[in-house]
Amino acid sequence: MNVGLEHYLVVSAVLFALGLLGVIVRRNLLVIYMSLELMLNAANLALVAFSWFNKSLDGQVFVFFVITVAAAEVAVGLALIVALYRRHQSAHVEDLTSLKY
Amino acid sequence: MQDILFYVFAALTLVFGFLVIANPFSRNPVTSAMFLVLTIVALAGLFVLLHAFFLAAVQVLVYAGAVMVLFLFVIMLLDLRAEERQKFQALAVIGGILAVGAILGLFLRSLAQNPPGAGEAVAGLDGGTAPLGRLLYTQYLLPFEVVSLILLVSMVGAVLLSKKAIK
Repeated sequence: MNVGLEHYLVVSAVLFALGLLGVIVRRNLLVIYMSLELMLNAANLALVAFSWFNKSLDGQVFVFFVITVAAAEVAVGLALIVALYRRHQSAHVEDLTSLKY
Repeated sequence: MQDILFYVFAALTLVFGFLVIANPFSRNPVTSAMFLVLTIVALAGLFVLLHAFFLAAVQVLVYAGAVMVLFLFVIMLLDLRAEERQKFQALAVIGGILAVGAILGLFLRSLAQNPPGAGEAVAGLDGGTAPLGRLLYTQYLLPFEVVSLILLVSMVGAVLLSKKAIK
């Protein structure tokens, strides 16, 4: 069977679901962050596939921007995690309850 | 040949992606990070199959290189030994699988109902450095500059956040 756009989109959807599952199930902030990266990468795969099958490069330029913004987001997010760890000595979501009523 | 490669890389991506979130052998974040690197490299293989050569290189350089080094650095910085004893909560796992399964079903169903056209061998555009760069510096010049500003702001933010006390 010829590999078409649908195949790539299915892979992208499954990868996105895996990332979402990681965000819901895991309790470690760092692993949650990695699952977030997984979701971003799934979106990137869908964009590149659309770009190739539509004979246009716009999708790839968008992926380029997504990668850049993801890098910036990781830098700020990890700085936040380090600051949180300094305050609470923990990187688990269960221990971060200071905003709870 | 290309089809076989697609299936190989797709299977690798999904297996490694699963091992990132739920590794049956180790609950260590370092293992997750390593499998995330492998996921990203397999995804770069898929990008090459889609003729996005520049993005495949950037993916490996930026994600597998810079971002993952940052992750590993923070993992080493924090002492996460308490992680080993953490168990999955049954309720969270069941609820998570139900919710994610529903969303995945929604994705696949919409894809099956609206197939995006027959996937016959199309001759798309090669995503080499030159065509992508030309597009980046003409049509997408403003977003490009804005992204550079985002990087600057995030750099300042990261420095500010990791300071002990702000004077």
